[in-house]
Amino acid sequence: MRALSILAAVLVLVGLAIVTVPAISPPPRTLAAPGEEQLAQQGAALFARSCASCHGSEGQGTEFGPTLQGAGAASADFQLRTGRMPFTEGAGAQAKRKPAAFDDQQIEALVAYVASLGDGPQVPEVTVDQALVPEGQRTFIGNCAPCHGATGNGGAVGGGALAPALDQATPVQVAEAMITGPGQMPVFGYDQHGLNAVASYVDYLQHAPHPGGFAIGGIGPVPEGFVAWVLGMALLFVIVVLIGRRWTAKGGDEEHVP
Amino acid sequence: MLRWLDERLGIADWARSGLRKIFPDHWSFLLGEVALFCLVVLVLTGVFLTLFYVPDATPVTYEGSYLPLQGQEVSAAYRSVLDLSFDVQAGLVMRQVHHWAALVFVAAIVVHLLRVFFTGAFRRPREINWLVGIGLLLLALGMGITGYSLPDDLLSGTGLRIIYSAAISIPLVGPYIAFLLFGGEFPTATIVSRLFVFHVMLLPALLLGGVAVHLAILWRQKHTQFPGPGHTEHNVVGKSFWPSQVFKSTGLMLLVAAVLALMGGLVQINPIWSYGPFIPTTVSAPAQPDWYVGWLDGSLRLFPPVEFTVLGITVPAPFIPGVLLPGLAFTIMTLWPFIEQRFVTRDTRFHELLDRPWDNPFRTALGVAALLVFVIATLAAGNDVAAIIFNIPVEVMTDVLRILIFVVPLIGFALTWRVMHELRRDDRVGPARPPVVRLRRTPDGGFEEIEASD
Ligand code: HEC
Ligand code: HEC
Repeated sequence: MRALSILAAVLVLVGLAIVTVPAISPPPRTLAAPGEEQLAQQGAALFARSCASCHGSEGQGTEFGPTLQGAGAASADFQLRTGRMPFTEGAGAQAKRKPAAFDDQQIEALVAYVASLGDGPQVPEVTVDQALVPEGQRTFIGNCAPCHGATGNGGAVGGGALAPALDQATPVQVAEAMITGPGQMPVFGYDQHGLNAVASYVDYLQHAPHPGGFAIGGIGPVPEGFVAWVLGMALLFVIVVLIGRRWTAKGGDEEHVP
Repeated sequence: MLRWLDERLGIADWARSGLRKIFPDHWSFLLGEVALFCLVVLVLTGVFLTLFYVPDATPVTYEGSYLPLQGQEVSAAYRSVLDLSFDVQAGLVMRQVHHWAALVFVAAIVVHLLRVFFTGAFRRPREINWLVGIGLLLLALGMGITGYSLPDDLLSGTGLRIIYSAAISIPLVGPYIAFLLFGGEFPTATIVSRLFVFHVMLLPALLLGGVAVHLAILWRQKHTQFPGPGHTEHNVVGKSFWPSQVFKSTGLMLLVAAVLALMGGLVQINPIWSYGPFIPTTVSAPAQPDWYVGWLDGSLRLFPPVEFTVLGITVPAPFIPGVLLPGLAFTIMTLWPFIEQRFVTRDTRFHELLDRPWDNPFRTALGVAALLVFVIATLAAGNDVAAIIFNIPVEVMTDVLRILIFVVPLIGFALTWRVMHELRRDDRVGPARPPVVRLRRTPDGGFEEIEASD
């Protein structure tokens, strides 16, 4: 009885924590959205501070980073929102997804600045639509799965690069990746419809139920073989040792060999 | 009823002596039974799957309940497996139990084989059953490979493509073998129905027949036993089949079934719906075979891709790592009882008593080394997955494995050799034990003392 009430108390506390934490966590917005000009100015200042060391004072590129003239808003938005920029992985390494280093408003400012450096793709608008999932599946299996894996769990692409798992990318980021081709990823020139379809399928992968139980990575036979040995065979081994134990001290009957 | 049967068939004596068969008391003798009971589960679930599977590569439109494939053109075979997974009652769990059972089946065979190897149970007079056992292992692998390919999904299609290129790489006869197996140039429309015939008729018939022979020989030759008080080269001591071992074995069978059901019910395996239907122009990645084929795939990945010409015949790259080396390894393993007799121990006596692993340090060390080669080759099949997990480039991973596959087995050999020699010395000199008097029951009920053999 006592144990039960403690359990109940713990459960209530945990529940309260779950309810209250999201409610207090987003910091209150203080800045009002500034106008276009202010935005680009603020972006220029931020850029000079955090990006110019690698991308050059005018975004013209240096030996540490490529030119951003013509990279476009889509590329900047993708790189900043997936936390890839500012680049901290060290020369020659692949930019990794990290928590974004800037808040929304700062990102908007930087994106506006990079966009002003030269013509490049705009941040795409994406609609996720159930009806497009089958079409997206086909495109995905043919064009994305060879690198990202059929279940979008990531894969090695050679040259030391990894195609990351797609479990965190938002639909807009998926579309941005396709039109800008970050790192080793090629650019995919799909129209709006194609972008929507692939983004819808990635969204489906992220939210679809896993029929059949624990999805153990969803990357096929490697974890499956592992589970077969470590769960299946090991369990049976223990069973065999228990059942096969000598239960009686003396070994019973005898039979002669022909 | 029984008498009626016996009068006509005269099998009572035969059955009675069969039921009295003695099973020695050691857990390691149950490992083979685990394999046997996996096979039982495989047959039962397999029959269920066969009721719904359609061995036909004709394109059809999928209209089942899995959203991302609705309206897409897939093969009838792939559609039937999707329907099994989503629209047939208990179909998915049957598929999963079947697949898990296949993986554990081969694992149990391998563990059983290791037990037989490390205890020298294959020595005279049991060489025949060793050969039968190897045959069963090959058949189990064949069952696994054909079964894996039946759903006609993109992943298994990639596997078939690799098998095709290995088959066609055999000098001179390769193209004919490939043609015989596939009925044309990959991908062929006939392959699904051929695999089906292999998987549900030809191979199971051979496998079940082989198991019957394996067990019949075991019954005839009796079990081996570990050395122990009263255990000699002329008897086998333990519990009789009836009324003792039957209960152990039945219990084990139920537990094997329970573990497999648990895995099939709780852990997803081979989600073919995610891989998508087989499309000739696409390969999937990461593409791995089931674990027991991994060593072949790993060997292909580790071996440098060289193609050369001998006597005007071009030897394509997959031949050496994909056909020659594995073939050599299997041949040595198959002939091991004879190789050992001829060149290692020169021991052609009959044996009913098993070796403990330290009784023959060389064999044990060699076995460990071979096992390590196999394990590393298997790991190499997952080099791309390992690269992701350890976050290092695939190429580096491959080079590291190329070194390990030579170094680790050597170290393993040396260490095992050393440890086994020490164990053997302890075993011989060991702490002084009270003298053991060995008695044997004579047929007329008395006892006679037998001289200590060591
Ligand atoms: C330490 C050096 C470094 C810093 C600092 C840095 N970058 Fe980068 N940036 C790189 C490198 C290197 C690449 C190429 C990465 C790749 O190919 O994966 C890159 C790529 C980019 C791209 C993609 C270019 C294209 O062709 O699509 C954008 C956009 C970008 N950076 C923006 C920024 C912004 C904005 C900042 C400041 C917040 C920033 N970077 C800070 C090194 C840096
Ligand atoms: C040649 C291999 C390759 C192909 C094909 C490919 N990608 Fe990528 N993808 C990559 C690599 C490598 C990265 C990491 C980029 C970097 O280093 O910044 C990436 C990154 C991404 C990301 C960012 C993930 C994140 O969470 O940060 C998304 C989204 C993405 N890809 C979507 C796609 C889609 C959709 C397709 C198919 C249209 C596709 N990719 C095809 C290699 C590939």
